[in-house]
Amino acid sequence: MTIVAAPDTSVASRATPPPAKRRLRWQRALSPVLILVVWEVASRAGLIAEDKLPAPSTVLRTGWRLARDGTLGDHLLDSLTRAAIGLLIGGVLALVLGSVAGLLRAGDDAIDPPVQMARMLPHLALVPLLIIWVGIGESMKITLVALGVFFPLYFNTYAGIRDIDERLVEAARTCGLGTWQRIRHVILPGALPSLFLGLRLAIGAAWLSLVVGEQTNTQNGIGFLMMEAREFSQTDVVVLGLFVYAGLGLLSDLLLRILERRALAWRRGLQAT
Amino acid sequence: MAPRPAGDLVVRARNVRRAFGPTTVLDGVDLDVAPGEVVALLGGSGSGKSTLLRILAGLDPAASGDFTVPSRNAVVFQEHRLLPWKRVLDNVGLGVSDRSRCTDALAEVGLADRARAWPIELSGGQAQRVAFARALARQPSVLLLDEPFGALDALTRLRMQELFGRLRARHGFAALLVTHDVDEALLLADRALVLDRGVIAADLPVELAHPRAPDAPGFGNLRRRLLELLGVPVP
Ligand SMILES: Nc1ncnc2c1ncn2[C@@H]1O[C@H](COP(=O)(O)OP(=O)(O)O)[C@@H](O)[C@H]1O
Ligand SMILES: [Mg+2]
Repeated sequence: MTIVAAPDTSVASRATPPPAKRRLRWQRALSPVLILVVWEVASRAGLIAEDKLPAPSTVLRTGWRLARDGTLGDHLLDSLTRAAIGLLIGGVLALVLGSVAGLLRAGDDAIDPPVQMARMLPHLALVPLLIIWVGIGESMKITLVALGVFFPLYFNTYAGIRDIDERLVEAARTCGLGTWQRIRHVILPGALPSLFLGLRLAIGAAWLSLVVGEQTNTQNGIGFLMMEAREFSQTDVVVLGLFVYAGLGLLSDLLLRILERRALAWRRGLQAT
Repeated sequence: MAPRPAGDLVVRARNVRRAFGPTTVLDGVDLDVAPGEVVALLGGSGSGKSTLLRILAGLDPAASGDFTVPSRNAVVFQEHRLLPWKRVLDNVGLGVSDRSRCTDALAEVGLADRARAWPIELSGGQAQRVAFARALARQPSVLLLDEPFGALDALTRLRMQELFGRLRARHGFAALLVTHDVDEALLLADRALVLDRGVIAADLPVELAHPRAPDAPGFGNLRRRLLELLGVPVP
């Protein structure tokens, strides 16, 4: 929730430079591995009750079993489809409205005030209202994801456009660039760092919305898998669902970082090429 | 200065006015630049030099007055204003379709080997040279320069002034050079204007032989006169 409720801080964090030199990867992997080992050992020694928290190896074995019979893949695909459709709808809306508000004064006056008002609402608290509006089916889940995606992406699109150095736009004008060319060569690339940040926050919000949305009246998806497992006290499946959600978040973040490194090579100069 | 027929000029401005709220910055400026002529525009800080240059560059729709500036003009600002997300050559090529012209311009400022660099990798002097290349690539008939060497260290500034002299001799462009540096005006310009209280208060021909140097005969005299016009009397 804090991701969505605090867009101002997220915009500001863009200004902080990346760490000068990243530490070696294996050093950073050390402590998570250690935690897993301790967990495993504690489970085997009987220090952690198997029905409260199964050992990592048990969870992995369950994952392997569900993956082999296709259950995991099917539910994962359903969840991913929801996330993708919601991301697409919310993302396109945010990009269009954010650009119009950022580029045009009239658009700013018309669009920004209501969005600023709406951002005060925690969108996950809208679930009861959404159920009344669009029912408890698939559209409720997608709407929830789209809402979660919209706000961080809108604010960062808007801020990215607004923060562009006016002097660069002016220089482009003296080079004979018309409005559309200025948008293409100056405004879009200038707003790109902010767009990436917005996208990263939006994807985080999408997973969060998905988790909440999939817990009410669902017949498929990772959330359903977890809720169903809880009824039968299959703790290993519940923990597996958590692992899958975490993996999805990790993977999407990684992909985005790679994209960002390529698209924003100009910010690092020599190190990049 | 004797009046000239308008067709003979690259820049011709009459009665240019600009006010910001209650303060009038430009109060009827008349200004001419002949083809191939370098005109220095001097004036105290806040006298409206940048304002005038921006108007001539077409960047200030709120100004009034008559002025004609050729569409083939180029502007160099005090800051390089390169787009950080475009490589050096792509910055030079902004709005220019002919790539070979850009490569040539870059070679002329001595940075042919930096074509693929990002602006962030350049020194201040190099970046400003790229800004000059960007202007040159447009093959301007007039260059509008707003203190283009003002942000550089003294040594780099001297080199850039020398480069400007060379480029000008080769291409024969006209230029309006805003500066607060009297020596720079006398080194580079054919004519020096002083902007004061919203009008061109003085128009001083600089008739010194090229190449010029501050210790050449006649330089000191002109320097003294210009400083007096700028309100800095030299004993
Ligand atoms: N956009 C602006 N809004 C209000 N005042 C301005 C603006 N631009 C310039 N001025 C004022 O106009 C005067 C001339 O500014 P400028 O042309 O930048 O001076 P110079 O370049 O000769 O130092 C200054 O007093 C400045 O405060
Ligand atoms: Mg100025």
